[in-house]
Amino acid sequence: MAALDATRTRDGVDAQTLRTVEAMAGKYKHGWETDIETEFAPKGLNEDIVRLISEKNGEPAWLLDWRLAAFRRWQQMEEPTWAMVHYPAIDYQDQYYYARPKALSRKPRSLDEVDPRLLATYAKLGIPLREQMILAGVEGAEGAPAAARKVAVDAVFDSVSVGTTFKEELRRAGVIFCAISEAVREHPELVRKYLGSVVPPTDNFFATLNSAVFSDGSFVYVPPGVRCPMELSTYFRINAENTGQFERTLIVADRGAYVSYLEGCTAPRRDTHQLHAAVVEIVALDDAEVKYATVQNWYPGDEEGRGGIYNFVTKRADCRGARSKVMWTQVETGSAITWKYPSCILRGDDSQGEFYSIAIANNAQQADTGTKMIHLGRNTRSRIVSKGISAGRAQNTYRGLVSVHPRAAGSRNYTQCDSLLIGNRCGAHTVPYIEVRNSSSRVEHEATTSKVDEDQLFYCRSRGMSEEEAVALVVNGFCREVLQALPMEFAMEAQSLVAISLEGSVG
Amino acid sequence: MARPDARPDARHAAESRLAAAPAGGGAWLRAAREAARERLLAMGLPGRRDEYWRYTDPADLTSAEAPAAAPPRAADGAEPFAAAEPLRLVFVDGLFDPAASDPPELAGVQIERLAEAAPRDLHWARDLFGAIEARGQTPVPRPLAALNTALAADGLLLRVSGRAERPVALVRRQAAEGSDVMLHHCIRIEPGAELTLLESGPGGARTTDVLEVDVGDGGRFHHVRLQGRDHGGRVAAHLFARVGAAAQLRAFTLTADGPLTRNEAYVELAGAGGLAHLAGAALGDGAFHHDDTVVLRHIAPGCESRQVFKKVLKNGAAGVFQGKIHVLAQAQKTDGYQIAQALLLDEASQFLAKPELEIYADDVKCSHGSTVGAIDPVALYYLRSRGVPRARAEALLVQAFLAEAVDEIADPTLAEDIRARLEAWVARHSG
Repeated sequence: MAALDATRTRDGVDAQTLRTVEAMAGKYKHGWETDIETEFAPKGLNEDIVRLISEKNGEPAWLLDWRLAAFRRWQQMEEPTWAMVHYPAIDYQDQYYYARPKALSRKPRSLDEVDPRLLATYAKLGIPLREQMILAGVEGAEGAPAAARKVAVDAVFDSVSVGTTFKEELRRAGVIFCAISEAVREHPELVRKYLGSVVPPTDNFFATLNSAVFSDGSFVYVPPGVRCPMELSTYFRINAENTGQFERTLIVADRGAYVSYLEGCTAPRRDTHQLHAAVVEIVALDDAEVKYATVQNWYPGDEEGRGGIYNFVTKRADCRGARSKVMWTQVETGSAITWKYPSCILRGDDSQGEFYSIAIANNAQQADTGTKMIHLGRNTRSRIVSKGISAGRAQNTYRGLVSVHPRAAGSRNYTQCDSLLIGNRCGAHTVPYIEVRNSSSRVEHEATTSKVDEDQLFYCRSRGMSEEEAVALVVNGFCREVLQALPMEFAMEAQSLVAISLEGSVG
Repeated sequence: MARPDARPDARHAAESRLAAAPAGGGAWLRAAREAARERLLAMGLPGRRDEYWRYTDPADLTSAEAPAAAPPRAADGAEPFAAAEPLRLVFVDGLFDPAASDPPELAGVQIERLAEAAPRDLHWARDLFGAIEARGQTPVPRPLAALNTALAADGLLLRVSGRAERPVALVRRQAAEGSDVMLHHCIRIEPGAELTLLESGPGGARTTDVLEVDVGDGGRFHHVRLQGRDHGGRVAAHLFARVGAAAQLRAFTLTADGPLTRNEAYVELAGAGGLAHLAGAALGDGAFHHDDTVVLRHIAPGCESRQVFKKVLKNGAAGVFQGKIHVLAQAQKTDGYQIAQALLLDEASQFLAKPELEIYADDVKCSHGSTVGAIDPVALYYLRSRGVPRARAEALLVQAFLAEAVDEIADPTLAEDIRARLEAWVARHSG
């Protein structure tokens, strides 16, 4: 395939680029490409491609019909333009909608069979796929067990989930954690019941596109009353050039269940824009609790805004049951364009939604992100804490909706959006929508915009810190409330990401 | 953000309304009207699908005929602002009534009407008429203002060269059931000059007004507006202002009742050290829809802006606030503040808000807050425990809630007038 040749040629370029980048130190750390043969479907999008994806995944007829219905609907839809992001028109016919590492044409039976280069890729990323992940700082930390914390990782390499660890232990607890393609085969009744029930295939342009062409993703089901024995983690990478990544994640927490899910994203550096349109659906039944944390540091493009990921994501949780709770935490430091609004539909009485976000945009990055809290049930509560940081020529927008319906008596929302500007060529914007339709609810919103405090910087400098260290420290302090909401494993990585993302933004 | 071209139906609606455009007039006026016509055709009339009309249905403001509204009952209270002894200029159904007005003579203020100035080839208003309105079309499109610029045949033209010794009161009255009023006023405050403009209505079954104000360096403009009070009419009122260096603009609006009121404001702080305070108190009981759509644009460095909007809503009343602080890259040292609050007195009322910040300068201090809720039960309990009857306690808490907005009125006489009106409204609507 010509594309493969192109990939090899590009490798040489990338290696050279990488050396240059490394020499500059502190630039995008994950900018390399793994040399693995990749199997592409032809470029472009039509019904045949949708059928091919379905066939490659060995899907039943109902799912193919579901995809085709979404695809037909998508053709009628218009790309949304309301976000404060500007990018050249995307040619949806100039993308690959399916790519899988060739080594995986036959699924490995154990991790030993996984292509060692693939495992090396993850090692470079700093996520051991092997049995345990013990992270510095966890031991002895408040509330954490002294024993090693365990994290099950379902790594997604391009479009196919390559390996799931800890399967056995999870199986004993009754937790299903697998690739969604596998779940379609093994647990069709669950997938069929919940897939598209939170983000319907007709939801929005990007979600509908995802519904038509999603290739893989993760599926989690926690049975009633079960507390998932470990943090679940998935790791996305976009590797093959011009491959749109269309992940579909479905998490179902049955009555009284608890699960914490971590998602991390990195992608190698690239010169052409790449499209990513993921969908995450969460269902929480009575008394269930789901925590979903994301650290996203996809390639943001270079200083001039060339390259970088276009990240159009639909994430939504349905707090269907009474007293259910969903907590979204995100650290968004990557991508050229971020378009992402993790939301909670608070349907069950006394249900709770929380959203903690750090969005950092540097150089030419554009981020338009926020949340929606839809209060439908009585005495529902939501809390939004958003920290936006803009540097370079970046534009960073918080866009959120708090809607309290007439039936949602006694509901409560608190929203805090703070923006920090570093330099006078960037922008920070806040676009909250507040809709309150009953009087027994209370909604509060506050937002501030300011620059990095000169006095704090001066103090840090006077104690011998470099300007960049000082900025990183002040910014980490600004983000503290959100960093504290992250699982310990991510909090450490997130802090260093905050510092790395802002390098070159001062001076 | 660039606005997409008008949808065909919105453009058609605009074309048919524009058919009533006045002919003739001096070259400056013809040019301004033609430009407004082009602006409007590019936008079309507003519809529910427009971003800034998602909370307010513009149908009654865009329809070919004004929805009928009975003229209000004869004024049962004191003449508004009588204590301030203003120079009164009266418009009845949009037509100037010289008999009811005071002689238009006031030291330091040149008073003219658009209808009189229209035939002239040259007029000072040529640099102002439609000019701030045109700039105020971004980032929030205001098609009804462009419609007014294209169609309005009359209005006041005030040129203030000194410190006006007493306020000018624009008194609007409605006589006919279907009157469709469109006035366009222009006010130029020369450097260092000062004027207080008082407005009271209602002025028609439907009013689509534009007020353009240019406050020169060091000048001051105070604006106190009274809307509603048993008013069945629909209102779309626009304030467009440019504030020069070290100049000040302070505007306050009290809206009491009315089925549909849309108050739009666009204020640009164009000179260093300028100040703009906009405040509003809205009181609605039953069929009441009140919308404040405000943009404060900081163009020059070191300016201060403040927006304080409060709404008290009961029996299914709806309040809308859409406000934006827009800080351009060169407007360093900006101090921007915005607060929008609603008190919902029963289950049926609603508050819809979109308080925005759009900021491109880093050395700024901008904040906004918005709260919605019922009367604080703890405060109510405290007052009742001190022997205050429930209705009185609620009235006190409502007045306390509105106080921050009323405090924005600098003149104590005017503030007292407004407080008395608020108190009377709360008393009439308590229980």
